Amino acid sequence: MADKEEVPLMQRILDNHFLLLALGVVVPTVLYTLWGIIDIVSIPLAK
Amino acid sequence: MATTYRTCPRTGLQFDTEAEKLMRWNAVAGVLALLVGGIMALGVILTRWPAIKLLPPDWFYLVLTAHGVDMLLVWIIFFEMAVLYFASSTLLRCRLATPKIAWLGFWLMAIGAVIGNYAVLAGESSVMFTSYVPMQASPWFYLGLILFAVGALIGCFVFLGTLVVAKKERTYEGSIPLVTFGALTACIIAVFTILTGAGILVPTLFWSMGLIKEIDPQLYRMVWWGLGHSSQQINVSAHVSIWYLIAAVVFGAKPLSEKVSRFAFFLYILFLQLASAHHLLSDPGMSAEWKVLNTSYFMYFAVLASMIHGFTVPGAIEAAQRKKGYTNGLFEWLRKAPWGNPIFSGMFLSLVNFGFLGGISGVVLGTEQLNMLMHNTFYVPGHFHATVVSGTTLAFMAVTYLLVPTLFKREMISPGLCKIQPYLFGLSMAVLTLVMMGAGTLGVSRRHWDMAFSGAPFQYEWPGAAHLMMSLTGIFGVLAIIGGALWIWLVVGSLLWGKKLDEGKLSDKPVPHAPLDSVAASASHTGSAEHVAVPGTVVLAMLLLVSFVLYYFVNWKYLSEVWALS
Repeated sequence: MADKEEVPLMQRILDNHFLLLALGVVVPTVLYTLWGIIDIVSIPLAK
Repeated sequence: MATTYRTCPRTGLQFDTEAEKLMRWNAVAGVLALLVGGIMALGVILTRWPAIKLLPPDWFYLVLTAHGVDMLLVWIIFFEMAVLYFASSTLLRCRLATPKIAWLGFWLMAIGAVIGNYAVLAGESSVMFTSYVPMQASPWFYLGLILFAVGALIGCFVFLGTLVVAKKERTYEGSIPLVTFGALTACIIAVFTILTGAGILVPTLFWSMGLIKEIDPQLYRMVWWGLGHSSQQINVSAHVSIWYLIAAVVFGAKPLSEKVSRFAFFLYILFLQLASAHHLLSDPGMSAEWKVLNTSYFMYFAVLASMIHGFTVPGAIEAAQRKKGYTNGLFEWLRKAPWGNPIFSGMFLSLVNFGFLGGISGVVLGTEQLNMLMHNTFYVPGHFHATVVSGTTLAFMAVTYLLVPTLFKREMISPGLCKIQPYLFGLSMAVLTLVMMGAGTLGVSRRHWDMAFSGAPFQYEWPGAAHLMMSLTGIFGVLAIIGGALWIWLVVGSLLWGKKLDEGKLSDKPVPHAPLDSVAASASHTGSAEHVAVPGTVVLAMLLLVSFVLYYFVNWKYLSEVWALS
């Protein structure tokens, strides 16, 4: 019996739905939301 | 509770009967929201039409709020829940995970929508869809939105659970079908959207109840747009999935390269939500790095993904048509397409409007310098009516012509009107969005009741073209509303008076494979089309590129003239 063909890494990533869910939540949360909050709280207060 | 399955005799699609009921209820709730939002649209458009100016300011802001909430959230998310259940349980031919919890989600959404509408229509919450603080709505407004969002989040997890069920019960092999993958993308973006929304709406609810002293307006704007814009990215993913579905169902088309299409959805998952930043390009509180990276770099990955989908969907149709023998010249495949079939015509108009109008204007708005030309002008609703209405709503309307006979087992009434409806709605929407964007480029403000800003200390004389554009907005807006009303009439009329169709066999066990050459087999197919050259699609793609370059250049020219040096 021939060895099972190895599934390419990218396909394994795309078939892992919960990894995709984690990436889809974490990436925008870090790049948009958290970075945005850091920008806003870094604004110096008026004296 | 035992699961029962129904196999549609016309399409071979198999429905878990409980999932089917949920799809029907979600779709009907969505249509009701569209009806309310459409009536409100009439109030908006007849007020912004300078020659008519129908409503006084307080009523205008009330109907504008209701129009935004009902159209951008309620109609579309209800319909998307139906899409999620269809793309999971039906296309994967498995039972729906936890139907009782799915019903809980539905009722939370329904109660939330009713409460939110009540708060707006009672006149206590005319804060518009964005509800920027420090404008304060009634606590019921925020509570309604939160309940609606929690219900939608439950629906997303039922969808994810159904994917687990299908994998465990091995109802598919390898990867999930592309249409289901697109729905998964929509679901993931929805989860981010709803969590972000909760992050800002829950404290705002407490603020409206007096439990929190204040909400920082800049923080509100930034976090809120993670909800407000990302919710529209759910729509993009959902309607792109529907394009693939319709191409497969009407033509038996397979994507040119399924791997590339999946990768494009992956780019959506990673980057599409970041486009939210373009609403904040003139906000002084956000750093230039945050703005530039989120819009002019990461957003382009999402734009690339849209261009892939925009190329591969017509490419797949061309490949399928050429295999059927429509090989003369560049466009015989397109000329011989079933233009009288509203499923196809609606989908193709949605694709063209979304790409040429929504896509190009989206990139222009996302470019920081050009954004200064039209930020917060009438251009912005022009852009999102091209994406969300001409793109998403029209795609949803198109797929309904497939779903009414399949899901509701009724024949569509008035086939002649069904043929006309996508053209009436799609073409009038296309012109409407163009003239809205034209007025915005001339500086006409979005949202404002009075274009002339009567009583302001400094008056501005609008060029005649701005008045013309706003009048055309009124005319084509009314035509588009008639097109939308016609669709509601056709759908509701078909459900009430359409000829009853054979509902097919019921069984207590799922049938694992769809019949060959059936709609079900095409819709849940995985794999790419055999290689066929698609020169017509290449020409269409070049046309899009040339349009984009010209339009981009024109806007840079406008920008260079804003502050004249001599």
